[in-house]
Parts: sequence; structure tokens; C-alpha cells
Amino acid sequence: MAAKVLCEAGADVVMLEAGAMWDTEKDSRMSAWAYDSPRRGASTAERPFGEFDGCIGGWEIEGEPYTQAPGTTFDWFRARMLGGRTNHWGRISLRFGPDDFKRRSLDGLGDDWPIGYDDLKPYFDKLDRLVGIFGSAENLPNEPNGIFLPPPRPRCYELLIKQACDRLGVTCIPSRLSILTRPLNGRAACHYCGQCGRGCATHSNFSSPSVLLPPALATGRLRIIANAMAREVTTGESGLATGVSYINRTDRRDYAVRARIVVLAPSACESARMLLNSKSSRFPNGLANSSGVVGRYLTDSTGLSVSGYIPKMANGVAHNEDGVGGMHLYMPWWLDNKKLDFPRGYHIELGGGRRSAPSFGVMGGIQRFNGKGGYGKQLKDDYRQYYGSTVSFSGRGEMVPNDDTYCDLDPRVVDTYGIPVLRFHFKFTDHEYLQAKHMQDTFRQIIQELGGTPLSPMPSRESGYGLEAGGRIIHEVGTTRMGADPRTSVVNQFCQAHEVKNLFIADGGPFVSNADKNVTWTLLALSMRTAEYIALLRSQLSL
Amino acid sequence: MTKISRRTALQLVGAAPVAAAMAWTPAEAEQAHTHAQQARAAAAKQSKPYKPKFFTAHEYATVAVLVDLIIPKDDRSGSATDAGVPEFMDFMMIDQPQRQVAMRGGLALIDRMCEELFAKRFVACADEQRRHVLDAIAYTTDVPPARAHAVAFFNSFRDLTASGFWTTKMGIADLQYQGNVFLNEWNGCPEEALTKLGVKYS
Repeated sequence: MAAKVLCEAGADVVMLEAGAMWDTEKDSRMSAWAYDSPRRGASTAERPFGEFDGCIGGWEIEGEPYTQAPGTTFDWFRARMLGGRTNHWGRISLRFGPDDFKRRSLDGLGDDWPIGYDDLKPYFDKLDRLVGIFGSAENLPNEPNGIFLPPPRPRCYELLIKQACDRLGVTCIPSRLSILTRPLNGRAACHYCGQCGRGCATHSNFSSPSVLLPPALATGRLRIIANAMAREVTTGESGLATGVSYINRTDRRDYAVRARIVVLAPSACESARMLLNSKSSRFPNGLANSSGVVGRYLTDSTGLSVSGYIPKMANGVAHNEDGVGGMHLYMPWWLDNKKLDFPRGYHIELGGGRRSAPSFGVMGGIQRFNGKGGYGKQLKDDYRQYYGSTVSFSGRGEMVPNDDTYCDLDPRVVDTYGIPVLRFHFKFTDHEYLQAKHMQDTFRQIIQELGGTPLSPMPSRESGYGLEAGGRIIHEVGTTRMGADPRTSVVNQFCQAHEVKNLFIADGGPFVSNADKNVTWTLLALSMRTAEYIALLRSQLSL
Repeated sequence: MTKISRRTALQLVGAAPVAAAMAWTPAEAEQAHTHAQQARAAAAKQSKPYKPKFFTAHEYATVAVLVDLIIPKDDRSGSATDAGVPEFMDFMMIDQPQRQVAMRGGLALIDRMCEELFAKRFVACADEQRRHVLDAIAYTTDVPPARAHAVAFFNSFRDLTASGFWTTKMGIADLQYQGNVFLNEWNGCPEEALTKLGVKYS
């Protein structure tokens, strides 16, 4: 996003990409059937979400380790390809709402942002028009309306879920996904193959290489250097950033790019790592880190899922249920935390039915459906009967930053390029565990209301109520947080480093808090605002 | 819902080069499938059976018998071996080597059960004897601790059989999955499906 805005504003931009180039038109495996591969769509080392997935990366990357402090778990997902993690996401595009910027004022936990919803609203609007998003104006207080394309009709099991949610008082509304239900800005409308995750060959959903880089490249002012593993931000005697040094992954030699302005956007933790690795006599603590805040305030979304077998959906009517590559309905946070024993909310994502073609893992664990397993003709019929008869609910909630959760440099370990690696420290508190319990209870209640049975037993408190490990939801933010006070924050409200005025951060690092919403849309709006601010400063010759 | 071919759709949206660049059109997939089947038939004719890369000949014979007991041929579709499940399993053992020990050990466990009961290995058993063994390990209800390992192995083996069978063209047709096509319009689900679930569009 920053590259696009800056190129269009007239800047010459060099972009360093740690992975290889990627072209959704040529490289997407959209439309492939499982039987096109002997692996039938199973995962591989570099594609943990299945071999046809559009994202090359994962929680483990060969040659690029990270460490975890004893007794703590944080799994760090990284993408190594053009467009990075915009190639891996559910296109769930939720604006942070007014309350999400001032949580401390509301409940005394965490911190307020130095900006509010109104500061970002114009950028959200521009983003909606530029990238495209479907949804519906619901006028909910903390779920701001956007500029929406029409939402697709719900699938029938989604209507069934909505029916149950209406009875239970759970808000269930059209989802908000950055997938085109109408042509937009020269991009084709969705063709409803449901395979957004593989990368869209018709540019009908959002990923950076598909939507933002083509116009940036069209300006003739963007140069992309692929396979460039950024190592540190270089600085001059004045204390300003002078560029970035990187290692070419192909020849493993060191190179440097000189620049007037440096914008970091390699992902929240990678930005923190670069700053911590940019040590000099002037910045012994790492660049822009006199405060010691770099790496702190790390949060991920909380997450867990429950699936249920719904007898009413068994022996279903065969029809194409693919739809868009994601849910057509979802549940935004609908309760008041003042009346609950945990401080922050979550939203619910839906899955189920006959969405997406059978691939590796299909109908696994049949014994959970028919209660016995078995073999032979009866089993074969059971598979047919139960196919498409499940629903799943995934909670994605807000975690409150805490002092025990952060990343720093491991004092001993380097990666294959000789760059010191991150060490993670991670801890959930009762704020998250009690929220997870509420998710479990709610999802089980909805499944029960649907006349179904959960496919897994209720996890115990000792097992954290099934809460996924930190980093598993891939929404980590906060490691270079923004603020008005340079003693407690890394960047200002324009994501400009307090200490290095020509250094900006355009990823999730500047987030002061997470939310009960996925972070991408707010991250993009913030990045657009940052880049426009840079362009403004340049036009005023004040940078 | 209007279905159009993928190539037509891409031409409609002005992205014809995409079609040329991508790996498979449905027609090509069809062609490839036919080709594969012909190749297999030809290989069979030349009596050159598939040579497993992971399984021993004995294990592979055991696998072939087991998968067909799990998913037999019926009036709607063929058997697991018809769908190439043993070949698929052999590939997966090489592709995901962390599965190898459990697979090898599980097959050994079944043979040992047969030796104890019938003094011969599983493949040498009569159909009735094989079923006797499966009746003891294929069901997850009331599992005595002594059989827990065999039941756990069978659960996982059954899952892999299902993956191998239902992801083939034959399996997908049997399940009546109707997607992975280009639609120029999404109209939601058909009346019959709405009625079955007791829901409607408002």
C-alpha cells in the first residue's frame, strides 16, 4: 500500500522482497482438482495450508529459525513471496470501530491510541473504493459501515445458523470480505469458485501483488528487488536513516540500498527484529528504541474452533455451495463486557456444508459422526450421508497486551544469513482464557440449537479451553507501537519513528491494541495514511 | 445458476492469457485422467503392476486388501483399489515420512493378530477371517485397552483411505460435489435445499 501511494505521489521507490516474485495470473493453482496432484491437496513444508494454497511460507521456514523463551509458545508465521502475508488471509475486512482506539478509557486496560476512528475513517473509505469490499450497512455502534458492494446471498446452512442465532440473541449479519461481487476499477467480479486462498487469477479479491502492485509498477517508479533479506536500517552521523542493508538470498552477499526515506513493512515482528538489529554507537539499544518499547506489547488474536455434526444437514441436497472464498455471514461481537467476566470481545467466523472440492483429509474422523467408525458398504454409505453435514465456528478475539508477552533478540542464535533471530515470550492471562471459555460455551450452544452435536469434547481449563497458541491466528501486532509520548512508544500517530524522522513503519507494528476484528483492513488504512503523510511532508519539503 | 466454462469465463473477463497459463482446464483434466487410466490399463495388460516405493510387496498386498474392505465397489462407484488408493498411500508415505513408522507398525500389528488367531498373516486369511479381525478393530465403541493401538491405527488408515478415494474423479462424482466451476452470478442455494433445511431468503 505504501509503495502504491508513494509511487503515485511521484516518489521513486525500491521495494525489498525477502521471497520470490509472484504473479497470481500465472502462479495461482485456482481451479485445480485434488486429483491433479498425487498429494491430493495435502500440505507441504512451504505450504502448511495445502499444496494449492497461494501463500509460500509457514510457521517454520528452513534456515530462518526463531526461539521461544522456556515455558512459552509463540509460533511465528512468515510468508516468503511477493505480497507477503496478503497472500494468506480470509479477506475478512473489518474496520476497527470507535471503541477499539480507546480501550483504556473504557475499561482501564492496555492503552488508548493517539488517534481515533475519525482520523482513519477517510482512509477506510478510500480503501473500500480502491480495493473493493462487500457487506451491509448495519449501523452497529462499534462495527462501522463501509462503502460496500452487495453481499452474496447466504448459503443454506448459513441461513440455518442465522435462524439459530436469532433465537439465541447472537447478532448474525452478512460478512465483510474484500472480494468483488461487482467489477471494480478494471478488475473482474468474483466467479464464485470459493478458492480465494489459492490466489485469484482474475484479480477478484485482494492481495497486494494482485491489486496494489500493478498500479504502482505502472507508474514506472517502483523497482522490486526479490530474494532480498533485509538485515538492518543504516543510519548516518545526523542520526537519520540512510537506507537498508540486505542479503541477496541467491548469492548470499551483502548489498545496500540508499534512500531518503525508509518505510518498514515486513510484518510487525520482523520490523521489530530489524530495529533491534540496527545497533550503532548512537543507537546501542537498536534503532528508534531508546524507550525500550520495540518488541513489547505483542498480541495476537485469540482463536479456537468448534465443529458440529448437524443431522438436519445429512443426506443434503446436492448443489454448488462454493460461493466466495469465505463465509457469507458472520457474527460481530454482540455482548457488553461490563456484564461479563472478561474484558474484551470476539467475532465468530462460520464454515461448513459442501464448500470447496473434496481434498486431502476429506471426511476424516468419520467415527466422530457415526459414533463407531466401521468399514465396508455401510461405511461407504455413511460417508455419503455425512458429507457436507458439519458446521464450524471459529472465534477471533481481542487479547490485552501484558508485560510477559514480547519479543527480543536471542543472544546466541542467528539465521542462515547470519542475522540474529527473535526470541518470543508469550503468555495469556485470564482475560483470554475466560474469553475462550465463553467462545466454547457459545459455539456449543449454537450447535445444540441447530440440533447437532459437537465433534470434540469441551476442553478443560488446564488445556486453556482449547485456545490456540500465540501466533497461530497470524494477527500479531503492537511491537513498534504508536503514541504521543516518545518514552512509551516507538512511532508517532503517523507511524513516524520519534527518534528517526525519516523512518516509518507501515505494518502491524504501530498498533496500540488488537481488536475483536481481523487487523488487515485497519493496517491497510493506516499504511495509506502514513504514505500520504510522507508524500505531504515531501511536497512541503519538510522531510 | 448459470454455469459457463472456465475458458469462456476468462475470455469474458478479458483475461484469456490466464487460461493458457494455467495448469488444467476441465477438458485437459479430463484428458489427463483418461490418459492416466489408459496408461494404467496398458500397464496392467503388460502385467507390469505398480511398484511401490515405500511398502514392501507383502505390505502392499495387505494395503490393497484392507482398502477394498474399507471402501468396496457398489452400485454407485468402484472400490478403493479401482480409485488407485494403494498407489496414493505409497506416495503419501514418501511425501510425509513422519507417517511411515505408524503405518508399518500398524500393518505389522494386524498381521500379528492374524497369526495369533489363525496362524497366518492377514493376506493369507480367508475373507471371513479378515472380517473377524476388522470387526475387532474397526469400531470405536467399547474398545478394550488391549486393542486400543490397533483401533487407533485403523482410524488413521481409514482416514487415509477416505482421502485417497473421495478425492478422485470417481469419489467426487459419487459425493455429488458440484462446485469448482465458474459462475457469472451467485444466486444462493436452490429451493429444494432451502426446503429441506426449513429456511428461506427474506
